[in-house]
Amino acid sequence: MRFQLTEDQRALRDGVRGLLARRFDRTALRAAVDRPGRLDRALWRELGTAGFFALRLPEADGGVGLGLPEAVLAFEEAGRALLPGPLIATHLAAGRVPGAADGETVVAAVDGGGVVEWLAQADVVLGGAEDLEGAVRMRSVDPLTPLHRVPAGLGAPVAVDPVAVLLTAAEQLGTAARACELAVQHARAREQFGQPIGAFQAIKHLCADLLVRVEAARAAVYAAAVTADPADIAAARLLADEAAVRGARDCLQVHGGMGFTWEADIHLLLKRAWVRTRRAGADTESEEMLADDLLSGAGR
Amino acid sequence: MDLSDSPEDAEFRARLRDWLGKVLPTLPPKPSPDDWPGRRAYDLGWQRTLYDAGYADVHWQASPSVRLIFLEETEKAGAPYVGAGFVGLLHAGPTVAAEGTAEQRARWLPPILRGDEVWCQGFSEPDAGSDLAALRTRAWRDGDDYVVSGSKIWTSHAEVADWCELLVRTDPGAPKHRGITWLAMPMGAPGITVRPLRTLAGSAEFAEVFLDEVRVPVANRVGEENDGWRVTMVTLSFERGTAFVGEVVACRRVLGELAREARTNGRWDDPALRRRLGRLNAEFRALWRLTQWNVSEAEATGGLPGVGGSVFKLRYSQARQELYDAAADVLGDVSLDLDHPWVTDRLSSLSYTIAAGTSQIQRNIVAERILGLPKGR
Repeated sequence: MRFQLTEDQRALRDGVRGLLARRFDRTALRAAVDRPGRLDRALWRELGTAGFFALRLPEADGGVGLGLPEAVLAFEEAGRALLPGPLIATHLAAGRVPGAADGETVVAAVDGGGVVEWLAQADVVLGGAEDLEGAVRMRSVDPLTPLHRVPAGLGAPVAVDPVAVLLTAAEQLGTAARACELAVQHARAREQFGQPIGAFQAIKHLCADLLVRVEAARAAVYAAAVTADPADIAAARLLADEAAVRGARDCLQVHGGMGFTWEADIHLLLKRAWVRTRRAGADTESEEMLADDLLSGAGR
Repeated sequence: MDLSDSPEDAEFRARLRDWLGKVLPTLPPKPSPDDWPGRRAYDLGWQRTLYDAGYADVHWQASPSVRLIFLEETEKAGAPYVGAGFVGLLHAGPTVAAEGTAEQRARWLPPILRGDEVWCQGFSEPDAGSDLAALRTRAWRDGDDYVVSGSKIWTSHAEVADWCELLVRTDPGAPKHRGITWLAMPMGAPGITVRPLRTLAGSAEFAEVFLDEVRVPVANRVGEENDGWRVTMVTLSFERGTAFVGEVVACRRVLGELAREARTNGRWDDPALRRRLGRLNAEFRALWRLTQWNVSEAEATGGLPGVGGSVFKLRYSQARQELYDAAADVLGDVSLDLDHPWVTDRLSSLSYTIAAGTSQIQRNIVAERILGLPKGR
């Protein structure tokens, strides 16, 4: 058992982090907020060229030929950077929809809950009815994720792909880690009563809890990537959702009044985390599945 | 990232499983919780069994992954817990091994491994709990002895211990972290009074120890005089390392039993309770993975478990309390009956966010040593 990142996995993670730092830094993030609903197709192609979408596609089919652990590391970085777009749908479509693997085609998908992200910007939409013209545009809570709702009766329910659940958990993990970093940075820099607020135990404990949730979620998400076991994936999802949503809230609390402003990025973390909790069936389905697992899994 | 056993680890696991399958059916019945001499004999008997089979020193010599497998497999098989041997095997023994002289190692280590002697921990005092360095028990030199006066509290196994790993203040003028010395005190020495303390769970799990001019030979000092704090940090790093591995395995088993009990008594039909059990399943799966992560990290860095132990302990101590709160909801009215083991376990779980450093102290450790936040008050 060597449950640590290999050298290659570290290099991959650092590579994706570097690419996103160059191509989707804070300036780009805020520019995207100011132009909601528009997808950066040039960036999409660059992601394709870097192998982001074709990561798990076999080399024989023109892909990178890596596995779930590597995909999880890449999506964790996407979550950390709050990278917008139907990343998971396009990744899952690589090899099945022409142009998805190299980022020429943007693929969206109806997920189990009947919501479609990025419908208007997609070249191809998978799942649900053939004709999604009946889909209703929502005024999305997340300025970086345009949403449509598919009315009941329009199209058959879509089976939830466990890989989509796991990659969503990976994105949540990245966002949770970002929330922890932002909170700690602020706690070190911001002074009140003549000292950094991070010297106060009340702030320290918020930050410590942020990290504890991130580390628990990280262990669960990475393990699920190794085993691909459905119960492990459901567990990873619950812990990652908690880490991202509670993490963003606590990060906002550490920032005080500044955290409540549009200019601070924290609301973007929280809103994206909320969107992801509704993906691929809500938490309740994972909880029920793990409850059943207790009865069937004899003492695992 | 790999979760499978290495060939050597797999071989160890198979051999251990095989041995446990043979030896466990031959064990005598467990003594009652109030029978301290019986518990001592039972726990030491199990240690002797391990010794004879070559497993006695697994906590000291083996790689972290072998230690993890040992704790996992013994718990899964329902083998006895380390019990009265806890302080000797997991605290005092490793400390003597790391810091003691050749003579001290020869005197104290073999009896711990053979299951001949029990140790207890004389660290905490009434005014020195989380602020351990505030301890006041005094020791002064008189010829070849230290003379010790003061009192210790929360001392597990004091009634049946042969030795006490004792922290004393040898230089009252020094800053509080200096001036402390680590001694091995024979529990039979004149001047020691042990008074059992009843816990809120109703049982006497630990004791107060009063020390009235107890003579401890200078030769029983481990490390230098006034260097006891550093020696203690060595001890504590063992305490927070893999101490909870077996318990996480046990909690996962209890969770499965909870689900089956809920289905039997009809509580399973309550979706809120069902989902709560599902969430606990996620929680304990994650805690197991976190354990594997920390153990792999310790193995990779070739050393002691790091501050990752504080992250784990924070989450685990909370989860254990939530587990037994859920058990109470499964049991309904039976949750008020002390004859049910889950009810006494629920009471015991209240100590987990306090013992071995409170959750509040652990959060300070995480914030200051991992996240680098400034020290404050």
